[in-house]
Amino acid sequence: MAIGEALVIDNEGFRIPRRFVSRDVVETELERLQTAIQSVGNEIGRNRDAISEQLGEQYGAIFAAHLQMLHDPNLQQELESLVRERQCSPEYAVSRVMQRYAKVFESLDSGHIAERAHDIRDIEKNLLRHLLGQRREELSNLTSPVIVLAHNLTPSETANLDPEFVQGFVTEIGGLGGHTAIVAEALAIPAIVGVGQFLSDVSGGEKVIIDGDLGRLILQPDEKTLNGYHQEAEQHRSFAEQLEELQELPAETLDGEQISLTANIEFPYEVNACISSGADGIGLYRTEFLYLGADSEPSEGIHFEAYSRVVQAMGELPVVFRTLDLGADKMGRDPHEDEDERNPFLGLRSIRLSLRNLPLFRTQLRAILRASALGNARVMFPLIATLPELRQAKMVLAELMEDLEEEGVPFDRSIQKGIMIEVPSAVMMIDRFAKEVDFVSIGTNDLIQYALAVDRSNKNVAELYRASDPSVLHLIDMTVQGAKRAAVPVSLCGQMSSNPKYTMLLLGLGLRGLSVPPMALPEIKKICRSVSIEQCQEIAERALEMDNARDVDSLLREELKKHAPEIIQC
Amino acid sequence: MSQSVARRTVTVTNEQGLHARPAYLLASMAKEFDAKIEVVTDNERVDVTSILSTLTLGAEKGTELQLEAIGPDAVAALKALAELFEQGFPGGEKAQTTEQN
Repeated sequence: MAIGEALVIDNEGFRIPRRFVSRDVVETELERLQTAIQSVGNEIGRNRDAISEQLGEQYGAIFAAHLQMLHDPNLQQELESLVRERQCSPEYAVSRVMQRYAKVFESLDSGHIAERAHDIRDIEKNLLRHLLGQRREELSNLTSPVIVLAHNLTPSETANLDPEFVQGFVTEIGGLGGHTAIVAEALAIPAIVGVGQFLSDVSGGEKVIIDGDLGRLILQPDEKTLNGYHQEAEQHRSFAEQLEELQELPAETLDGEQISLTANIEFPYEVNACISSGADGIGLYRTEFLYLGADSEPSEGIHFEAYSRVVQAMGELPVVFRTLDLGADKMGRDPHEDEDERNPFLGLRSIRLSLRNLPLFRTQLRAILRASALGNARVMFPLIATLPELRQAKMVLAELMEDLEEEGVPFDRSIQKGIMIEVPSAVMMIDRFAKEVDFVSIGTNDLIQYALAVDRSNKNVAELYRASDPSVLHLIDMTVQGAKRAAVPVSLCGQMSSNPKYTMLLLGLGLRGLSVPPMALPEIKKICRSVSIEQCQEIAERALEMDNARDVDSLLREELKKHAPEIIQC
Repeated sequence: MSQSVARRTVTVTNEQGLHARPAYLLASMAKEFDAKIEVVTDNERVDVTSILSTLTLGAEKGTELQLEAIGPDAVAALKALAELFEQGFPGGEKAQTTEQN
């Protein structure tokens, strides 16, 4: 949950800046406005001349009309008075006045005139482009706390948000399980993704509330609402403080079973949060964020520097490095550019991408191996669907070990190698996989989408994406049983592990290792400490018998309420 | 300078109503005169030199509009504007029919 000042990013990534400017810069702001109007006027004039020459005067007249709209005396006066008398920023003034004209035109019965709304929006966009031209980078250079409102944020844009100033964000499109949401969780930024259209109702600078629990964005809250949320924020804080007291205590169930709670991280700096939340290690280090922040492919040195920082900070505790797990969506690449990658989730991603780009894969693996000399590093291959893929990846690793040995570079010869169980095919073959790895980790985000055939970022089908679907529970059950038969440790990462609703169920299914975002760790620990394995097993048995996700959900909610009533349900 | 006032009722005769091009022509013509020319409706007065304001009237074919001009050349200004209305704003779709005649 967050309360703060809105900062609006439009469809093309323009920032609509704050609403007001200080009195002493009004004159310079007006000059800036005039310069922008002149520049746009020159552009339109050039278009008019070019079109007149090519197609004739009548067509050029369309642009002549645009030019007249731009220099419209009433418009000029309205813009000026907003800036001069109300101290609005030129951007805000333009956006407000033009939107109003566009709306009036749209409301007219006469179709031909209503279509002029397009012209108005076109002029608005051009003016904003000139006004904001130099300022597009400002999102990464914030100086005051804001709540970012955008049509869409890519995972890399999200990764670059500064958690110090970005109190939260809301996007119009995107799905709950999407990577933007995962990155937001990692940064501990309250976020609501894919709420639908709302940007036409905000201009930036006003107060907004993000209610993450209800998935609601509240624009222009009244005094009473605001007070209510301030109070709730206070309650959240005091509950968080209580959880902090758990930090030193083990994640032990009432009947004495030790649960290993590790942390999921994306950035080296999160290691501090892992330590302070009392994590038993890092169960999932998502390395691809090194690739997202940079313009070029990171060098071995850059990988090594990041990895060694994490490994050294964790000391004896394990750090599981998941190798590159990029897909077209995370790369921010347009999948339409490549005919073959129209279906990125079934395309060249993750381990497939690594095995196809061996130099890139080797660079990363060498850095992980070198870091293994400094602490307890482990390597984990994502999206393994077949045994040959695993064997090929292990072979690349073995070759690199030989190289390093020859070069006399230190590394851990017995580094543990594991795979993520994310593809149903790997679950079916779990007994065979378990013989060839040192550990397995269930990645529920992908496992759910592949099992249920749902693109979690497609809001048309997002509601079919259910972690509590009995088919998913059976897949987890099969994996855990298979790993147990081979005496291979099994853990679970992915968002399912961090939702307190599922904790009892997962323990009941036999999991003793959960990897969760550092922020969620104390809460999950509290549940572990409030229940017995016997109770959990009973819940799991009942859930496995059910035939739909809704029944499972209501069972889990009920049990959570019974055993850990103080947990705030989301 | 004499501040003569002139009033005249005009009718929108072109098919597509007072859309961008007619509004553009009106504004351009109005700027040729010193007089301030407005469209007066029941609830507002719209300056004809403001293309945006003229468009907000949303006047379709057949709409009657009351023009009012104040200034030394008020009468001449309204005469010129009224001609534009009568001719259906030549240069666009209407111009072609005129040529055929």
